[in-house]
Amino acid sequence: MAEARASSGQAEAEQRTATFRTRDLTKVYRTGEVEVHALRGVNLSIGESEIVALLGPSGSGKSTLLNIIGGLDTPTSGEVFFRDLNLTALGPSGLTRYRRDNVGFVFQFYNLIPSLTARENVQLVTELAKAPMLPGEALDLVGLSKRADHFPAQLSGGEQQRVAIARAIAKRPDVLLCDEPTGALDSETGVLVLEVISRVNRELGTTCALITHNASIAEMAHRIVRFFDGHIASDEVNRSPREPGDIVW
Amino acid sequence: MLDRKMIRDLRRLWSQALAIALVMASGIAVFVMALTTMRNLEETRDAYYERYRFPHVFAHVKRAPESLATRLAAIPGVNAVAPRVVVDVNLDVPGVIEPATGRLVSIPERQRPPLNDLYLRAGDWPSPRNPDQVVASAAFIEAHDMGVGDSLDAIINGRKRTLSIVGVAQSPEFLYTIPPGALMPDDRLFGILWMRHDALAAAYDLKGAFNDVGLTVQRGASVDDIIAEVDRLLTPYGGVGASARKDQISHFFLEGEIEELRLMSQNIPAIFLGVAAFLLNIVISRLVATEREQIGLLKAVGYRNVTVAWHYLKLVLVVVLVATAIGAVGGLYLAGAMTKLYGVFFDFPILLVQAHGDVIGLAIAVGLVAGLVGGVTAVWRAVRLPPAEAMRPPAPTVYRQGLFETVLLSHLLTAPARMVIRHLTRWPLRSALTSLGIAMAVALLVSALHWLDSIDYMIDVLYDRQSRQDVTISFVEPLSLSAMHDVAVLPGVLAAEPFRAVPTALRVGHRERREAIIGVLAEPDLDRVLDTDLQPTVVPREGLVLSSTLADALQVGPGEFVSVEVLESRRNKIDVRVAQVVETYLGAPAYMEINALNTLLQEGPRMSGANLLVDSSQYEAFYREVKETPAIAGTALLSDAVRTMRETIAETINIMVSFFVGFASIIAFGVVYNSARISLSERARELASMRVLGFSRAEVSRILLGEVAALTVVALPIGCAIGYGISWGLTQAISNELYRLPLVIDRSTYGVSMLFVVVASAVSGLIVRRRLDHLDLVSVLKTRE
Repeated sequence: MAEARASSGQAEAEQRTATFRTRDLTKVYRTGEVEVHALRGVNLSIGESEIVALLGPSGSGKSTLLNIIGGLDTPTSGEVFFRDLNLTALGPSGLTRYRRDNVGFVFQFYNLIPSLTARENVQLVTELAKAPMLPGEALDLVGLSKRADHFPAQLSGGEQQRVAIARAIAKRPDVLLCDEPTGALDSETGVLVLEVISRVNRELGTTCALITHNASIAEMAHRIVRFFDGHIASDEVNRSPREPGDIVW
Repeated sequence: MLDRKMIRDLRRLWSQALAIALVMASGIAVFVMALTTMRNLEETRDAYYERYRFPHVFAHVKRAPESLATRLAAIPGVNAVAPRVVVDVNLDVPGVIEPATGRLVSIPERQRPPLNDLYLRAGDWPSPRNPDQVVASAAFIEAHDMGVGDSLDAIINGRKRTLSIVGVAQSPEFLYTIPPGALMPDDRLFGILWMRHDALAAAYDLKGAFNDVGLTVQRGASVDDIIAEVDRLLTPYGGVGASARKDQISHFFLEGEIEELRLMSQNIPAIFLGVAAFLLNIVISRLVATEREQIGLLKAVGYRNVTVAWHYLKLVLVVVLVATAIGAVGGLYLAGAMTKLYGVFFDFPILLVQAHGDVIGLAIAVGLVAGLVGGVTAVWRAVRLPPAEAMRPPAPTVYRQGLFETVLLSHLLTAPARMVIRHLTRWPLRSALTSLGIAMAVALLVSALHWLDSIDYMIDVLYDRQSRQDVTISFVEPLSLSAMHDVAVLPGVLAAEPFRAVPTALRVGHRERREAIIGVLAEPDLDRVLDTDLQPTVVPREGLVLSSTLADALQVGPGEFVSVEVLESRRNKIDVRVAQVVETYLGAPAYMEINALNTLLQEGPRMSGANLLVDSSQYEAFYREVKETPAIAGTALLSDAVRTMRETIAETINIMVSFFVGFASIIAFGVVYNSARISLSERARELASMRVLGFSRAEVSRILLGEVAALTVVALPIGCAIGYGISWGLTQAISNELYRLPLVIDRSTYGVSMLFVVVASAVSGLIVRRRLDHLDLVSVLKTRE
């Protein structure tokens, strides 16, 4: 049953142009004498402009996968392709280049630079990118143009997360990778953040991978992939994604 | 439990702790070295002076009957009196073409000298029956590789005599011997020869008389009163004024060195300990900040404030302990080397080299104080917080767009540049002190290297502008100026200028200085008089020309009058107007035009000696002739003086400079390494975020290194300014009435000092940068700060 649903999501993704394709991805961490198998042979495609929710308990491998497709980590074996680019063949500087040009990250703890204002946090990235938005434009997109000159310490958690999203999308990345973006927020502010992610996907066509352990949040995705113990436990297409505004948790 | 935590903390912070310990150890090493060397010298000096009976008062007369000694001994407060004969003569040493100067000193016929006793290193005392036996000073003997049984020729009262060396000795009054007219010791061309009294007295018509006397004084007696009484008794016999121990040349130089060591022990360690205290403070502060929640937890479960404070203080103590151990061992080692070096400069029979418990104790105390000063405020911050508050994360750091940026036109800056500036200005005191620490490294180098510039300049002024003669000869008795004809025809003499030197007492009000007035030509070409701009000046036909040192000592200026008492022949007293104040780095001379001086003395045209320019290819013939001329009492070789001076200075300065280069690197490294490590610790998260955003390692390290660079750039000019200040203080401290150092610092000295510190900073910055390569992006981002 799970197999069938998995293949259905996979198949649909492969029909579109795939942004990511992984083949037999495994990751083993060695901490001292203990070996932790974080990924045990994962095959997954993520299609262009898709929002994919990665769901699962902690330690199930979803973050490891996100880090590998985001170029922050390398697999122990298997391959990852970003479009035609084999990420597994890249060295550290190739991965840096890849992150710089193609990937936007959003983390649970916003990781803004405390010494830079909201606008400058965005600028940090636009100064680096090839065809970026104006910093004001990006902040506008997350509804924070009025708070542009505030330092992170002067913003609420939700606002900080929206700045983090603005910073992630300002370079017009091909993919937006979000690791528990609402994990540190209450549901009211969390919804605002999710709305921004959904809007970015809709208006810019950015492919989004969204890690959550909250099943209700996953309902905003086009596709829900469940992880368990380093495997994909299920992969299903969500025919009727919910608007973030309708989600309550 | 906490001890285990401390050991782990130390293991984690070992490189930072070691860097701080090294800075502190350097300070303690200098402290221990300077104080131990000083105590070694003082103890050796005291023992030597005591055992070999070094006098407290010294006087020279023309000729006083032996009976006067009894009257001197009767002065209240006088302990012992040692009359003797002292004469400078020309020596002809086998194998040496230049004439050397020998100081003949009489010793009693049948006993050891009552004062200024000799430490007989080899051989025996001269036999009273053989007038040509002498004991020679050890340094002179060693310089010529001679020994007991060798002999040399001396011109004694116009007659050449061959003296045979029967003994080798040292004496407390000749720890440091400077040939007459020279600045530095020259053991090759200046030696002391001790003869039996009758042999020497007979040669100089001083039988039953003396021309030099030393006195020891009872404890508590007034040396000034005794000097006044000695002067009263000796004046009728041609006394030129008694002086106290502090003005005795050998003692004066020894005291100067001891004083320099004292200064060194007080100043340089303070710099290192200040820097170390600051570094301890920032490192412990950072440790406390990162362990804030643990501290809250410890307190919540019932650990008392004292226990928590003690835990962090123990870290401080470990650093202090390691530093004191390294510093004490290093300092004692250096003190041994330094004391030995002093043994080369000062002729001690033995040098007491030992460790002084109280010095080590003091060093430990000083280290502890520095450690506590640095650690206590940081630890206090840790204990002060109530546990509940400590367990919450700290309030986020508030940054501002500072005034600094408005000035720098913020919009022109990149975001990373802004990060650097805001981080630095967020903790202005810490940034300022870090810069100051780096500046101290520059300052130390400038102040060490500036000696070379100052001394080079001084030598240039002294020997290229002022005293340009090759040789100065002095006569046994003043000669008529007409004798210049005979001088001019000595072999190889290219130019000759006469001079007259007269011992005088110069008085203004209650101030008095004893100084020879030098009579010179109005426009001398060899030994010139330099004005305050160091340009050659014309000596006025009337009036007195005073060196600035002497004018300062007498507090007198041009147009004012000085009372001059001539201390020889008729001893007339005249008020003379000061015509001009001039500059010199050596001594505190007074000049007059030679004819004006002779008029003042109511003597005919006479001269005491002459300055000569000699063709170097004819030195040998020249010296041969000089050695054969009885009228010539002494020769001072200026070109030789420069050579020996440059050599001696180069030796000492090179040792010192390499020390300071080491010390400056330790400071620069300690400061930069620790501040970069702390910055890295504070910014690990930011830098990891930037790496995730796609910044390369090089771009990210630019932020870290940019901070180091900014702090260093600010530090450079400050360091140069402080270095200038320290150099000024040093030249002031070592300047005295015998010699002064000009304050000269070449641009290249600043350049080299700055370059050195830039390199040291860059190296330590790059070492820290390597840690960026191991930054774990994922785990940093996953944790809350």
